[in-house]
Amino acid sequence: MGKLNRRDFIKISGTATVGLAATSPLTEIWQHIFPPEERPLLDSEMTKTSTYCEVCFWNCAAWTYTDKEGKVRKIIGNQLDPHSNGRLCPRGTGGLGMYFDEDRLKKPLIRVSDKNGKQEFREAEWDEALDLIAENMKKIERKYGKESIALFYHGKTGPHFKHMLQYWGSNTNAKPASSQCLITREAGFIATYGTGLASPEPTDIKNTDCLVLIGSHFGENMHNGHVQEISHMIDRGGTIITVDPRFSTMAAHSSKWLPIKPSTDLALLLAWMNVIINEELYDKDYVEQYTFGFDQLKQHVQKYTPEWAGSVTTLNPADIIETARMMGAASPRVIIHPGRHTAWYGDDTQRTRAIAILNAILGAWGRKGGFYFPEKVKLPKHPHPPLPKPAWSFKDLSQERHKLAFAGITNHIIEHALPEYTGPYKVKGMFIVATNILQSVPQVEKVKRALQNQEFIVVVETMPSEVTGYADIILPEATYLERVDDIRTSQNRIPNIALRYPAVEPRWDTKPGWWIAKEIGLRLGLKDYYEYEHYDEVLDWQLRQVGSSLEEMKEIGVKYFPRKTPMYIDEYTDEPYWFNTNTGKIELYSTDFAEWGYDPLPVYRPKPEGPAGYLRLIYGRLPMHTFGRTINTPHLYELRHEPVLWVHPKVAKLYDLTNGQEVWLKNPKGKVSNFSIKVRITERIRHDSVYLPHGFGHKGKIFVDGKEIKMSRAYGRGIADSELISDVLIDPETGGTGMRNNFVTILTENPHKKEVVS
Amino acid sequence: MRYAMAIDVNKCVGCGDCVVACQTENNVPIGYSRDWIIEITKGKYPDLMMHFESQRCNHCEDTPCVRTCPTGASFIDEGGIVKVEHDECIGCGACIEACPYDARYFHPDGYVDKCTFCDHRVKEGLDPACVSVCPTYCMYFGDLDDPDSEISKLLNSREWYTLIPEAGTKPQIFYLK
Repeated sequence: MGKLNRRDFIKISGTATVGLAATSPLTEIWQHIFPPEERPLLDSEMTKTSTYCEVCFWNCAAWTYTDKEGKVRKIIGNQLDPHSNGRLCPRGTGGLGMYFDEDRLKKPLIRVSDKNGKQEFREAEWDEALDLIAENMKKIERKYGKESIALFYHGKTGPHFKHMLQYWGSNTNAKPASSQCLITREAGFIATYGTGLASPEPTDIKNTDCLVLIGSHFGENMHNGHVQEISHMIDRGGTIITVDPRFSTMAAHSSKWLPIKPSTDLALLLAWMNVIINEELYDKDYVEQYTFGFDQLKQHVQKYTPEWAGSVTTLNPADIIETARMMGAASPRVIIHPGRHTAWYGDDTQRTRAIAILNAILGAWGRKGGFYFPEKVKLPKHPHPPLPKPAWSFKDLSQERHKLAFAGITNHIIEHALPEYTGPYKVKGMFIVATNILQSVPQVEKVKRALQNQEFIVVVETMPSEVTGYADIILPEATYLERVDDIRTSQNRIPNIALRYPAVEPRWDTKPGWWIAKEIGLRLGLKDYYEYEHYDEVLDWQLRQVGSSLEEMKEIGVKYFPRKTPMYIDEYTDEPYWFNTNTGKIELYSTDFAEWGYDPLPVYRPKPEGPAGYLRLIYGRLPMHTFGRTINTPHLYELRHEPVLWVHPKVAKLYDLTNGQEVWLKNPKGKVSNFSIKVRITERIRHDSVYLPHGFGHKGKIFVDGKEIKMSRAYGRGIADSELISDVLIDPETGGTGMRNNFVTILTENPHKKEVVS
Repeated sequence: MRYAMAIDVNKCVGCGDCVVACQTENNVPIGYSRDWIIEITKGKYPDLMMHFESQRCNHCEDTPCVRTCPTGASFIDEGGIVKVEHDECIGCGACIEACPYDARYFHPDGYVDKCTFCDHRVKEGLDPACVSVCPTYCMYFGDLDDPDSEISKLLNSREWYTLIPEAGTKPQIFYLK
């Protein structure tokens, strides 16, 4: 094959026209979802099957209700579940749309190319697709080694493929959910407390008196159990302080809103420490007993006065002092929330470490109303032969450069997949499982070049997203309502497990992830690792090791286990509590960081500013969407399918914008958004920034036997911020990508409009 | 028996879960809804106030919709729940015009549809779907005739408002301030 651009056709869809179908195609398909009936069904007339939600990582346990014909009617939270307490968020309630979506991938697809080099897909049977995958994996193994096949993954399907590749001999994997999201936060807390936060975060919101949100957007993110606890906190009259360049939903529910200048959060955190230490508002006994490096910290923060921070953050120093005192008054029942997506400015481990330190001096860690010590049930692994040891793994790509790159870093795998990479750890083939790396990993042009440079790509997905267009083989996965996955065993106040079990048969020719991974594994000669017919056997075996069974879990859905250790630090009375750090204490001063050459105490350094005429691009969440994954989901699409660009009235005046006007965005590198977005002029944002919700602007399209397949509703709606994130600032400790240092200008004329020759 | 709903705007985050839960519970065709969310922002940066309102039929005491219905399809059911008998509705739309809250819509099957307070659930002793799904626990449903009901106590102890009180319809959805 010549040096043809193998994925040429994708460009056809690159700059398509905007403003598509004005009428929603949904009204035509409504009868597909629910048969018209005289009356709604009572719960007692339906069958319920246990599941846990896959619409987001919160994984709320729920019941899928099916009617007498076996049709899915609704999904309702499981009352026993501490993630949901019986109440799903809109995405969970609307999750049935993921099953009903007619745009789903329906059959295995294989890339073909005609004699003119035009590329499209053809439908195939599973056997053919799976044989071809195994064949190509072996080919790459012969040329480069097994390690050269990388995996990008997300959700509960991902681990099936991660394990399959590990059984085979590749441990080259990464999740955008780590390096583009929370790895920096985990690193900041590990450096301080010797342990990360994991999920759900062990914030004791239920019992707190003061919750500080600095770049956390509860109510816009629907981290379900925590949104619920915040509501109870509002009932109790607790104090909420929100730091945000936008008047977010939670800012509106707060006692105090600090409209900070973006990128200066660390300055505020340091000034808060300055006030709390100098006014002796910190928890002296706790600091004395559990922390290391307080004197260095005290000295370090002297220069970070509230007045200094006021000039940096544009906040009123009096407000900085007042909020510090509010925290001090609540100590130790105070939470400075660690956030989740924390990959912002390239010093994110240091910023989240400042959050960790602030919590420590207020005595909040391991305290009621602060952070509790979570517990989870350890399910034994189903027995299998030992894993082969790969010659290299994700660790070799990252850990030399970034000491706290404890998980795979997607952007490093991308670098190693580029044609210009000439080192020993080449990535030549990819599995991309349930993650659309063209929306989640920044610098899309680079990601596309990496994809172009692959010899073989398998995409496992339920929907046709951007990245499916780059696959050689697309495998259509069954949705969570149609499949069994691993038992959810997540940390909480009370250890618990939850079961996901299929409520319905997979629609069309889709298959569950476990089956797909196993079938590939068998074709690679890994039968010793797959000594089971059905994944039910694995779950039942695991459940029996902890005194339950698949039968029992089908009945109850969620099961609790007794705690084995105290929930709060004060309950450790026999011996002093030991932290997993070098000093055995909470390291306000990080001895590891000092040794590795990172700042042992967080230092504020100003971030680059945008060029004149450019505004900072802030992206965020909508409560009814999980990024790009749900935009096309019927009910959720109906709830919000018209994303808007928030601009302050001053900006609107400057650019002469009106409400509802269609605009395009351009970044300083000249990258222009593919599609347009409507303007919302609002006082709810600073004048130096614009805001849009992440996940819109889908433009993925594939052709199957001449027929176009795409997300018919989501296609072309709104702007994908990822297209405009050309600049990333790399976090030195983890390699995570800071993405909030990007700037855009507003275009009022369609930059894609073709000249009309009359 | 007088059913009513109270919604605490201090807790609502405008997520729309009530809308989706209503759609899946009541077989509301996609593209239509019996309840909806609006956002109200007041003030100038940085002195702002914002809240959401989950809105639906107000199950008014004085019902212009029922009064204008030529066939008697719109009626007041037990507990003051305003309903539409689908079989008797001719889809003339007079009630839609009469409702000051725009709470009724044409169902594609040819009748007018609206919130029923999930009376099929209420009869079973359950809350309406929107109330029982709400992740912020901002909605309360109950009997105003019972002074010990949670809703009665809330309305006695908290400040509240109703929508378009000047329409004189005596709406039974109360927003807690």
